[in-house]
Amino acid sequence: MRLNDLERAMLAGELGAAAKAAIEHQVKVGEFFGAADFVPVTQAHIMADTESLGEAGVRWVESLGAQGGRVRVPTITDPRGTDFAKAGVLKHPAWIVDLERRTVDAFKTLGVLMTDTCINYQTIQAPARGERVAFGDTGVVIYANSVCGARSNYEGGPSAVAAGLTGRTPRYGFHLDEHRRATLKVQVSFQPKTLNDWGALGGLIGRLAGNYWAVPYVEGLERVPGSDELKHFGAAMASFGSIALFHLAGITPEAADSPLKVSHRIGEGDVKALQAAYAGEDEIDVVVFSAPQLSLYELRSLAALCDGRRFARPLLAVTSPQVKPDADRLGLTKRIEDAGGHVLSGMCFYQSYAREIAEANGWKRLATNSVKLVNILGGYGYVPLLASMERCVQAAESGRLPR
Amino acid sequence: MIFTARHAIGGPARGQALVAHDGFSARYDLDRIRGVFSRPSHKLAGQSYVGKVLVLDTAKGGVATAWMLHEMASRGVVPLAIVLNSVNPILAQGAAFGGVTLLAGFDGDITAQVPHGATVEIDPARRTLRVC
Repeated sequence: MRLNDLERAMLAGELGAAAKAAIEHQVKVGEFFGAADFVPVTQAHIMADTESLGEAGVRWVESLGAQGGRVRVPTITDPRGTDFAKAGVLKHPAWIVDLERRTVDAFKTLGVLMTDTCINYQTIQAPARGERVAFGDTGVVIYANSVCGARSNYEGGPSAVAAGLTGRTPRYGFHLDEHRRATLKVQVSFQPKTLNDWGALGGLIGRLAGNYWAVPYVEGLERVPGSDELKHFGAAMASFGSIALFHLAGITPEAADSPLKVSHRIGEGDVKALQAAYAGEDEIDVVVFSAPQLSLYELRSLAALCDGRRFARPLLAVTSPQVKPDADRLGLTKRIEDAGGHVLSGMCFYQSYAREIAEANGWKRLATNSVKLVNILGGYGYVPLLASMERCVQAAESGRLPR
Repeated sequence: MIFTARHAIGGPARGQALVAHDGFSARYDLDRIRGVFSRPSHKLAGQSYVGKVLVLDTAKGGVATAWMLHEMASRGVVPLAIVLNSVNPILAQGAAFGGVTLLAGFDGDITAQVPHGATVEIDPARRTLRVC
């Protein structure tokens, strides 16, 4: 890779051992992908729940701080592995909470802002078109690339930490014009209504597209989706296909007319088939709204559905630390918790030791409206069930998903 | 039989290949404590991945694998190497961080060409996989 004077100085250790370790990692990744040089980034976003880091990852972050490492650009965090205020509700043991606290301290030493959110494009700062960033959550990356027109690859935790420490990232993948063009065209004849419809459609497109380098161009949507709809659509597409960029004809900023012929068609039957793959059980153990974290508007919808009910099963609604104070102040949290639910903040269900909390709480059959969540939780031993927010709330009350 | 990849990272490795035309994500597909594939729909479900060369189609899922290979390596519950038809940045970042050998990008479908259970030898400097 071609390096400028600053980058050479970092590599030589002149800016400290942490910056040296960071840029060495980035050079390895850059050379793997044939990157010509680095691009500066304006912000970095780190996925760093301790289930992923483990003790070894936490020690690595601590070592960077001990070596004097400090971030050079605003650097924020994805959800944590617990909500410290509600660890008892989840039955997170002390060792999980302790490891999380160590991680928070280690990141603070680096100058990282502990935002603990996977909806930073709704709550912190959405990037502008063409802005180069190093984002570290697939849902965040696909939204930033597709809806905002910003430029980011999937930057896994160590790489996002490195980008924060160096203020740059290797120029490959979605930083290059040639990778941002559509590679397949999908004609849609189904018009999603609920968030789980949007997630199911996104998941189907992700499954068809199949890998990180595929860029779906989608025709046929009859209305402009809102931010929460695009959030579920993108998060599910990224989850099912490892997709980082899509274009919606007439809607998203880089959806120029594509010369591609339609290669795939998706209709109502396809969406229903995906949804049916996550049906089949009536009785449920727990209801979860998470992945991505809920916006204020989703909590508003949920609070309205909770009014006047009394839950027989736990209902967990997970939001960001930016939204939670507003939900509290505006009375939404109280309405959900008066029905017996819990509003959690700063975590995400699948990033919060899903296997351990299943065992501790006896949870197996889990109802959610998140297509991303049902895709992930099978591997954690759950029977994930997909339904609309309304049906999930009914299930929390009766213990059974209504037909 | 020798296959040449377009991308490589890590050190040389020799071991038994577990082959399936499925994807790979450490979070979605593995029970990392027991060291087995745990996603029920994965073709390798129930099989131990520890010390094996995983020959799979593509990187799937989220970003957690970038941390997890390092964490798995710290406990010795890690694949010996990963070989994929196509790779995403997360696998490359995770392999670089965790010190796991990775080959990706072949002419043709590598999962159709390496026999399941075969002993294979990987030379990242030459970007080659040899079926012994």
